[in-house]
Amino acid sequence: MALEATEKSPLGKAIKRKEDPRLIRGQGRYLDDIVLPRMLYMALVRSPYAHARIKSIRLDEARRVPGVKAIITGEDLAAANLAWMPTLAGDKQMVLAAGKVLFQYQEVAAVVAETRAAAEDGAQCVEVDYEPLQVVVDPFFALSSEAPVLREDREQKDNHIWHWAVGDQGAADEALAKSPVRVKEKIRMPRVHPAPIEPCGCVADYQKSTGKLTWYVTSQAPHAHRTVLSLVSGLPEHLIHVISPDVGGGFGNKVPVYPGYVCAVVLSLQLGRPVKWVESRSENIATTNFARDYHMTAEIGATEEGIVTALKVSTVADHGAFDAAADPTRFPAGLFSIVTGSYRFPQAFAEVDGVYTNKAPGGVAYRCSFRVTEASFLIERTMQSLALKLGLDPVELRRRNFIRPEEFPYNSPLGWTYDSGQYEKTLQKAMSLIDYDGLRAEQAQRRERGELVGIGVSTFTEIVGAGPSNTFDILGIKMFDSCEIRIHPTGKAIARLGTRHQGQGHETTFAQLIAHELGLSAADILVEEGDTDTAPYGLGTYASRSTPTAGGAAALAARRIRQKAQKIAAHLLEISPDDTEWDGIHFHAKGLESRQVSMVDVALAAYTNLPEGMEPGLEATFYYDPPNLTFPNGAYIAVVSIDRGTGQVKVERFVAVDDCGTVINPMVVEGQVHGGLTEGFGIAFMQEIAFDEDGNCLAPNFMEYLVPTAVETPNWETGRTETPSPHHPIGAKGVGESPNVGSPAAFVNAVVDALSPHGVTNVEIPMFPWKIWEILSQHHLAR
Amino acid sequence: MEKVESRAEVPVTLTINGETRTALAESRTLLAYFIRENLELTGTHVGCDTTSCGACTVLVDGVPVKSCTMLAVQADGHVVETVEGLDKDGVLHPLQQAFWDNHGLQCGFCTPGMLMTSLALLRKNPNVTEDVVRHAISGNLCRCTGYVNIVKSVIEAGQKMALEEV
Ligand code: FES
Ligand code: FES
Repeated sequence: MALEATEKSPLGKAIKRKEDPRLIRGQGRYLDDIVLPRMLYMALVRSPYAHARIKSIRLDEARRVPGVKAIITGEDLAAANLAWMPTLAGDKQMVLAAGKVLFQYQEVAAVVAETRAAAEDGAQCVEVDYEPLQVVVDPFFALSSEAPVLREDREQKDNHIWHWAVGDQGAADEALAKSPVRVKEKIRMPRVHPAPIEPCGCVADYQKSTGKLTWYVTSQAPHAHRTVLSLVSGLPEHLIHVISPDVGGGFGNKVPVYPGYVCAVVLSLQLGRPVKWVESRSENIATTNFARDYHMTAEIGATEEGIVTALKVSTVADHGAFDAAADPTRFPAGLFSIVTGSYRFPQAFAEVDGVYTNKAPGGVAYRCSFRVTEASFLIERTMQSLALKLGLDPVELRRRNFIRPEEFPYNSPLGWTYDSGQYEKTLQKAMSLIDYDGLRAEQAQRRERGELVGIGVSTFTEIVGAGPSNTFDILGIKMFDSCEIRIHPTGKAIARLGTRHQGQGHETTFAQLIAHELGLSAADILVEEGDTDTAPYGLGTYASRSTPTAGGAAALAARRIRQKAQKIAAHLLEISPDDTEWDGIHFHAKGLESRQVSMVDVALAAYTNLPEGMEPGLEATFYYDPPNLTFPNGAYIAVVSIDRGTGQVKVERFVAVDDCGTVINPMVVEGQVHGGLTEGFGIAFMQEIAFDEDGNCLAPNFMEYLVPTAVETPNWETGRTETPSPHHPIGAKGVGESPNVGSPAAFVNAVVDALSPHGVTNVEIPMFPWKIWEILSQHHLAR
Repeated sequence: MEKVESRAEVPVTLTINGETRTALAESRTLLAYFIRENLELTGTHVGCDTTSCGACTVLVDGVPVKSCTMLAVQADGHVVETVEGLDKDGVLHPLQQAFWDNHGLQCGFCTPGMLMTSLALLRKNPNVTEDVVRHAISGNLCRCTGYVNIVKSVIEAGQKMALEEV
């Protein structure tokens, strides 16, 4: 049940962030700011080839470099049984190349030295002899019988990883066959990389005397990392202390465990000294886990009136050399089955085939719940094609097919139970914010003047907050999350959660949430995350799960405290607990509001003046196993114009109306939306990790991998509707990723809308100006 | 092939945030690492290796410079300003205050560079438009905020600085 914010409650208020005073002074403590006594630096030797056998590695010259302390190769790791590590997807990945390399820039050796520069010098002097092998770049070729088998370590002798299917194929086929209207679209979501501005890194500090490893690491999931490291290294888990300091952005990039981390740990264990490894930007983009690389085909059936009857999707998923997706174990294609979106499809079927190629491993959930961006892009793009085919306004088509408010909880044909939504209302709000009808009229006029103007709509549904333990685990660990709250005698409190923010503002928003539950001031609650020795176990921050999971835990931990507090309050008021009432700020005697005590009074009494026999203290821990996922949604409308001379697309306006349920801090929510839209804009227009036929990565740095700057980024306009989640303790749904999930389709739909009068029905992303210009030329529209 | 070059250390003296400091550095040391590691001012960040992100931006003689693309020895004898020099006696600079007030940062990793680039801009002319700000910070990448609130923060800080000048 959603709780109303009382006047004094900080819930729903745009409170300024508590983390900012240190960050704006340059006093954040990020990974590379950590310096320990006797610390060594590590650098990695990487393969220039995408597929090659390693004939020999010569280390003598590297060993002679002044300052170099040690060098390890795959052979050394094999001797220690550490050559391979498990990925979160249940595959395994080479730590350092074992016999051969499978992607360009793969890790081959690790050099550790007294200084950062000496480590780099040493790495440059390692000489590796390679015998190049046939490279497989195209995932469809990888599936053919002519392709060489890339993963010789597997029993299965082909490049197929897994097949995953959901829905009733027969029924979907039949419904499609019977449908008078059908559209089929090939839709590709290219390989991209989250590229947070802070790259990944770690400092491994093993003390031989205590046997304890302190591991500072850029981690979105410190507890999961502790468990994985314990499993890989054999170190007892209680002697591993993971600290994820301030994180400079994550977006999914900092969920996996990377080979460099394991090498730094191994070298620290070996040398008994702290070892720091910080990757360069090029290493970050070229080797840490990518996202997307989904090659999809979708078919929708509908009636002449535009009522959808069936959806059928088949997808080839390029995972690179190792399946290093960070998906929950039972979901190799993540939550891709949200692909029926916001619409009432009676029948649906989706299948995905995972494939190995000679590219860097992945894929991660890049600012989206697992594979939800792919699903949302597919359905929102294909609905556009259907609207075109039927000659219907895309808004009208959506209205005819929306799941209606009274149909929630709604069981989708692919197995989800949507919690709540008011799709029509949300869309209506976006339309009035942007003046949709006025825009269409204006578009008609501008078209007459020869302008290429388009309006694109996306009305998406997300699925976040993984997740309920009956379905969701990562390597067996259930995907609950946790919160521990301790209230000190003076009424100030500390709260620790199993999540790890990377800019989302948890230090502020979780303080607001807990303050709301306890009648305290948010200023008096310190929120800490990222230290596994102090925080309760949790699965971390990604896939918009923090508020749905740890936020639920925080609310329920606070309510557990309130239960005890009520007894103490009764004792102070000298009445029975049953006669005591909580009004959001105070406990008071029922029907007698003047006799009241605050949580601060109760806190002091919990340590000084307890009812007879009661255990002292005022604290609680709650492990929250959510009963269901949450389903944030939104309606986005983009307006674009296309320059006929250059193919440049200008986003003239963009309105995003999000419904993420109860809002804890509207300023933070809006900031999340701005950021997510910008990444969606980047994905639509410029971000792509492409490869040549030899497997060379063509965008391994910020010169070639283009991310939006302030100049081209549109000025976002936002709004919201608030449909609380019926099952979340405060009704919140999560928001960090909706804008990245929902926006790419809005941009493409707008460009297609601009060009559709000239026969264009599909445009591939990223929509680089040259690509658009080619389309313009083909259709004699270029100037 | 000559792979390992001389690593002779040379003294570098510069004025940083008003203080004159000398430290030894290899002649190949980048200014960004000299500031971070030799002078222990870790507010200046490193986010790329192609002079693209601007997280390392500092002012050298008042001009914004990507300190990952300048050698420490080149800054010898010059005046350097970093994010740590912005607040005076605990009082936030108008730019810092505006970033805080307007939610101009999220993870904060790009923020020191953003602040320093904006500082150089507003010192020249505090009355700026959205377009001017967007172009001025186009060499500073932010992956979190979508820039809208950064632009708002810079404009607001400029207005405050203009008032202070009067
Ligand atoms: S670190 Fe200097 S521009 Fe990126
Ligand atoms: S605030 Fe994170 S990169 Fe700008």
